[in-house]
Amino acid sequence: MSNNARVVASGGNRPKPPSIRKSPPSFAWLGVLPFLVFVVLFLFLPSLSLFVGGFQDAKGNFTLENIRGLFTPFILNAYWVTIKISFTTAVMGGIVGFFLAYALVAGGVPNWVRSSLMTFCGVASNFAGVPLAQAFIFTLGRVGLLTVFLKEALNIDLYGQGFNLYSFWGLSVTYLYFQLPLMVLIITPPIEGLRREWREAAENLGATPSQYWWHIGIPVLMPSLLGSMILLFGNAFGAYATALSLTGGLINLVTILIGSQIKGDVLHNPNLGYALAFGMVVVMAVIMSIYYALRRRSEYWLKQ
Amino acid sequence: MSFLVLEDISKVFPTAVGVEKFDLSVERGEFISFLGPSGCGKTTTLRMVAGFESPTTGRIILNGEDITDRPPNQRNVGMVFQSYALFPNMTVAQNIGFGLKIRKEPESAIKQRVAEMLALIHLEQKGNSFPHQLSGGQQQRVALARALAIRPQVLLLDEPLSALDAKIRVSLRAEIRAIQRQLGITAIYVTHDQEEALSISDRIVVMHEGKIEQVGTPFEIYNFPTTRFVANFVGSLNTAEVEVMDPSAGIVAMNGIRLTSASDLKEKRKGDKVMIAIRPERIGFIAEGEKENVFDGKVENITFLGSVVRIQLRVGGTVFNMDTFNRPSLQLPQTGDTVRVTCSSKAVLVLSE
Ligand SMILES: Nc1ncnc2c1ncn2[C@@H]1O[C@H](COP(=O)(O)OP(=O)(O)OP(=O)(O)O)[C@@H](O)[C@H]1O
Ligand SMILES: [Mg+2]
Repeated sequence: MSNNARVVASGGNRPKPPSIRKSPPSFAWLGVLPFLVFVVLFLFLPSLSLFVGGFQDAKGNFTLENIRGLFTPFILNAYWVTIKISFTTAVMGGIVGFFLAYALVAGGVPNWVRSSLMTFCGVASNFAGVPLAQAFIFTLGRVGLLTVFLKEALNIDLYGQGFNLYSFWGLSVTYLYFQLPLMVLIITPPIEGLRREWREAAENLGATPSQYWWHIGIPVLMPSLLGSMILLFGNAFGAYATALSLTGGLINLVTILIGSQIKGDVLHNPNLGYALAFGMVVVMAVIMSIYYALRRRSEYWLKQ
Repeated sequence: MSFLVLEDISKVFPTAVGVEKFDLSVERGEFISFLGPSGCGKTTTLRMVAGFESPTTGRIILNGEDITDRPPNQRNVGMVFQSYALFPNMTVAQNIGFGLKIRKEPESAIKQRVAEMLALIHLEQKGNSFPHQLSGGQQQRVALARALAIRPQVLLLDEPLSALDAKIRVSLRAEIRAIQRQLGITAIYVTHDQEEALSISDRIVVMHEGKIEQVGTPFEIYNFPTTRFVANFVGSLNTAEVEVMDPSAGIVAMNGIRLTSASDLKEKRKGDKVMIAIRPERIGFIAEGEKENVFDGKVENITFLGSVVRIQLRVGGTVFNMDTFNRPSLQLPQTGDTVRVTCSSKAVLVLSE
């Protein structure tokens, strides 16, 4: 008791830390310096210049004209289409990719098959732009290999049934070509992290496999699933070359608009381009906030 | 018929034989340990009872029903894993109630059962904690409660304490045994720790390379090992090969030293080679007037083990350990000394193989 009383009494003037010898100054922060320089040079400064440029006219005077210009139906539609295609391919790629990855982990495939599949996924997830668009045109275009084969050999007329590679869904299918392997690549480690004992314990307590997934597997994976899908969303959201070379300008995407404003001949208004890009940053920030909120909720058991 | 019968069970893996010719009958309410070194098939056998592995041959009969081909989620046996395996996304109470929820029991019944279980493991305050907020020992108690909540017919525990530190291991094993007694539940406990097996089991099944070596009470296993493996694995018995001199009188010779054994040698003939085993604590310094089983040994090493002092003796070609109580009055020899020691004829066990 008396001990406690003394401690309380001395609470006012904090006892000095016992170490008399000064520890040598740490230079550990020097290690992150290159990274900080990189962030400032390649992320912070460009964003800042976008932000500034978005509020300037061609002569460099302050204006809100560009921002106002974003709210025209044509541009709003571009944002809407871009968000829609990103969301669609993120969710579809996410769900299908998850099942593919799960099959890969649970299917008991030999190790070499698995590692070569993962390598393939690594390559395929980076296959985009002009070559990807060309590849799809050659296979699924109007006179593409697969289109013709289906028509001649199996009497299935893709285009007759409403499919069009140069449409929203055509572009979605093309995006899925890199979205799917990307999902497989990033969701495989978390799936492998599910412990066999959890499933066995659940089964032992009477659960069916689907009950295990519903009560344990999916909830435990949810933060990773959300994280992966946000990555896929960003991946599609920023895609440019694939869409441009596949559809020309038929599909109205924000990135294509930016391109035509900044380097186009007909529509040349770089400052509107900056404003468009700034708008994309805002959209991404909103999406990220939603993601963080969902993630916090899905990780409820870790936050206590 | 016994409550749980494993009938001629074997399990062949593509690359290895897990278990061979396993026959065991377990009575209701019995606490059985599977004891053996790593890789001897303990887990495999347990997992066959739980339904996670299907036996290559043989049948498993639980309470009169053949459950050999029943899937794990319809067996109603409770399993406790070495790594706890609590569901990380559920609270302690949800973990314990999971089995009942799956069985669609009413909310109020689940709540009551969970409270009962929490009281049983003395974690009433932790119902709303998540597993990662508990210590290893607490997590394993929750895992035990979760397995017991469904009122299983058999409780299976696969090295439940091996991830915990020594002190908690001892107190928790006593707790497990007390709970098992209190509920009268039939339990199979896998361990490679002979002290653990000896201290909590009604009977021990000693396993080696997929086969049963010996089944018996801790007393039988410790005092009357029947095979060389059991003698070596349970406690550290001294073993030696000897030659039978006189089967009817139980006299054998070990490097020229005459020993009398109280074990039955009638099956043997003069000149046969047999293995004998002597517990270290049954060897003592020679007292006045002893004549039987007296031999000399050269002291090679002396180790203090707390209440016991272990003296390593070279007797002829073999090394014997001798344990003696660490009394203040003890007069210890020096390394290099030759001492004269003895043991009773009852201490000289003849092993079957
Ligand atoms: N799934 C499997 N595939 C192939 N061999 C297996 C498999 N499971 C176990 N084995 C083999 O069966 C034998 C018995 O293994 P088991 O896991 O039952 O041993 P254990 O007694 O539990 O050992 P430990 O004390 O190390 O847990 C070992 O030789 C092991 O390699
Ligand atoms: Mg094991």
